[in-house]
Amino acid sequence: MVASCFLRKCLTALAGLLLLSFGSLAASQIEDQTEQFFRSGHTNNWAVLVCTSRFWFNYRHVANTLSVYRSVKRLGIPDSHIVLMLADDMACNPRNPKPATVFSHKNMELNVYGDDVEVDYRSYEVTVENFLRVLTGRIPPSTPRSKRLLSDDRSNILIYMTGHGGNGFLKFQDSEEITNIELADAFEQMWQKRRYNELLFIIDTCQGASMYERFYSPNIMALASSQVGEDSLSHQPDPAIGVHLMDRYTFYVLEFLEEINPASQTNMNDLFQVCPKSLCVSTPGHRTDLFQRDPKNVLITDFFGSVRKVEITTETIRLQPDLGNMESRYKKEWMDEELMEPLKYAEQLPVAQIIHQEVTGHQMLARW
Amino acid sequence: MGLLSDPVRRRALARLVLRLNAPLWALPVAWLERTMRSVGLEVYTQSFSRKLPFPDETRERYMVAGTNVYGILRAPRAASTESLVLTVPCGPDSANSQAVGLLLALAAHFRGQIYWAKDIIFLVTEQDLLGTEAWLEAYHDTNVTGMQSSPLQGRAGAIQAALALELSSDVVTSLDVAVEGLNGQLPNLDLLNLFQTFCQKGGLLCTLQGKLQPQDWTSVDGPLQGLQTLLLMTLQQASGRPHGAHGLFLRYRVEALTIRGINSFRQYKYDLVAVGKALEGMFRKLNHLLERLHQSFFFYVLPALSRFVSIGLYMPAAGFLLLVLGLKALELWMQLHEAGAGPQEAGGASGPGPPLPPAQSVGLASLVAPLLISQAMGLALYVLPVLGQHVATQHFPVAEAEAVVLTLLAIYAAGLALPHSTHRVMSAQAPDRGWMALKLVALIYLALQLACVALTNFSLGFLLAATMVPAAALTHPCGPRPLYAALLVLTSPAATLLGCLFLWRELQEAPLSLAEGWQLFLAALAQGVLDHHTYGALLFPLLALGLYPCWLLFWNVLFWK
Repeated sequence: MVASCFLRKCLTALAGLLLLSFGSLAASQIEDQTEQFFRSGHTNNWAVLVCTSRFWFNYRHVANTLSVYRSVKRLGIPDSHIVLMLADDMACNPRNPKPATVFSHKNMELNVYGDDVEVDYRSYEVTVENFLRVLTGRIPPSTPRSKRLLSDDRSNILIYMTGHGGNGFLKFQDSEEITNIELADAFEQMWQKRRYNELLFIIDTCQGASMYERFYSPNIMALASSQVGEDSLSHQPDPAIGVHLMDRYTFYVLEFLEEINPASQTNMNDLFQVCPKSLCVSTPGHRTDLFQRDPKNVLITDFFGSVRKVEITTETIRLQPDLGNMESRYKKEWMDEELMEPLKYAEQLPVAQIIHQEVTGHQMLARW
Repeated sequence: MGLLSDPVRRRALARLVLRLNAPLWALPVAWLERTMRSVGLEVYTQSFSRKLPFPDETRERYMVAGTNVYGILRAPRAASTESLVLTVPCGPDSANSQAVGLLLALAAHFRGQIYWAKDIIFLVTEQDLLGTEAWLEAYHDTNVTGMQSSPLQGRAGAIQAALALELSSDVVTSLDVAVEGLNGQLPNLDLLNLFQTFCQKGGLLCTLQGKLQPQDWTSVDGPLQGLQTLLLMTLQQASGRPHGAHGLFLRYRVEALTIRGINSFRQYKYDLVAVGKALEGMFRKLNHLLERLHQSFFFYVLPALSRFVSIGLYMPAAGFLLLVLGLKALELWMQLHEAGAGPQEAGGASGPGPPLPPAQSVGLASLVAPLLISQAMGLALYVLPVLGQHVATQHFPVAEAEAVVLTLLAIYAAGLALPHSTHRVMSAQAPDRGWMALKLVALIYLALQLACVALTNFSLGFLLAATMVPAAALTHPCGPRPLYAALLVLTSPAATLLGCLFLWRELQEAPLSLAEGWQLFLAALAQGVLDHHTYGALLFPLLALGLYPCWLLFWNVLFWK
């Protein structure tokens, strides 16, 4: 806490310096770069990836989620910042002719299961209750760290959901549903507890656009694979495995993400163009009215990657502290100190008194 | 001149051979066991035996004994909780040897795959359907038909689906599928759709009831061909026979189909690789299933392989037919009440009469006698032919099967003489309106029976309703008696059976002459009785114990004095 306070002081000092030097050193490149340093307000990235289906014939939903997981890991978000919820009954299903693999492309080009997949919520743990608890943070104290979303108010969160859905609901594992109202309320709880800075919500189900209709919290951007009344379609059946491997929307999103690297400057407007109706058959939709920044200024890596703000430069920047401000502050603290009594820690166990105490008869009886 | 020139001696020799039942053809059990084991299956055998109620002339067997051989392919990575069955029923008449070859080839291929989540049982049965019934009873630990079978040593979990294969040549021009099962049960329509999908994918020619799919539904030809296919399916379903090994699986709620390879004179022939590919595809799809097939219809009729008529569309037709009976009964009830009100007023005026008006009390007594006698005739029809076959063969120069059939016909015809004897039993004071009460009871009895039959086996119920309802509704003691008598005889259950046989062969484009038709009729009667005793088919008891007495009641009404 003290460190971040100090960091904030440094940042404000630097901002003051920029304002001063802007007039004098107008065309300096390094100052432009540092300007870009603070374009987005986030410092860490999280991802919550949910596949709500189980059973062999929903292979493609697991492949969807694992493809996004793979991309997100490749772009820098570590496993400790990813909450992956999968039924996880595909790779070791007795029907899988290639055990321990989940392919996302026919002819088995891309195995998205690999050997470093960390599934946090597996099989019957993928429920609406667990999902909402993860989002809102109301988790029993015994939950391990890997199952928690430990985001703060400077976190950008990517939430990806896939499965079977309808107009206003998403089916969880054939036994329950989550409605768009519940989801919107969960996001509002997150906003009120300041659990996110900005949120990107992507959903690939039938009638996916109905799920983001009810959002009302700020700083949410949403994408869906199909409009209300349309079905999202699957992409390719594989005759060797015998099921459809991926859904169309996520297939084209994956293709798009394969070209992104941590230094890409591609922005959200490009993501909105992925999978037009000619390729996807359904009409993808998006919603940006709750988002404060312009989508063309939002980088893909703001949500899909965890880009550390490190800029290597050979030039020197003089961080000049704001002396006047700092001196008055120091004096105030010093004066406060003089007024208060020195604080010290109270003795918890007065050992000296116990050792020299006379043992009386009453106390002997009480012990027995 | 020799031993066999004398017809009596010939018959005696045939009977002797049947009694011994020296098998002229037997399943090569040891070879099958060895081959299946070399392929890598767990092989078990099961022996069964049974004495039929009377010798089966069509298949020439009486004391039946055989061995079933089956191999289980265990799913490599799953617990053995579910299984699929591929069965080949073998018997002396249908060689089915090619099917065994295909079965073994498929077993070898399936054994090399790792994606099986259910066990697969490859079953070869002897004495075709009798062996299948013995195996199924032992697998499900029941005994509904009195078969003596040894218990099974190896099991594989609940059977989800089964396919029966009948191939008699190594090249086929088309594949015919049979869906109708025992007592008119049908598999889930999804299984048929599966078969049709793989036919299309593999470019195979597939037929239903031996007829191709009509290409053109807009002109008259397409719907007409569809109607023929539909009628054929109705007739086959109404007969209640298991038209293939699949029919016996349906009783245990295992969805099953029989696929027959037909080798006709067409130019283009498919080899067994194409058939094998289709079967492999079907098994793989069934392997993907997580639940039993339940999403599609269980009650339907098929005008073509890719079209069906669901129960919601055809059931109202049967409902309307039975409504006729109900309305007629209502009319008679009203008439009876008016008739009862008339003499009641006269009786009430003469003093305090008995609580029941005299007309109705006499009516009840006069009803019980015909009911009991008709039901007794039905019982005789059910029990006597099989029970009295030995007595009949001692007195007449006939074989047992002939004795059974002729006894059946004799008792049936004896029922026609019933009204004369019934009237002698009853008192001479039978009022003129007594026939109304009898007809009312008979109408309600018929309606109830046909309703129950139509619910389980719609084709049988509809067929019987279409023939018996008009005659039953029209029967009237006053009026042209010979005409009504002829109508009633023509719509009796036996005549309906005869007519259906002719219609069936006509639709299959192999029409019968009268003599051939009569022979087929006699054979069908024998088969009906045998099916009831060996598989538990319900057509024979239904007609003998249910519909024949009902029909006799109408006959009584017609000849009311």
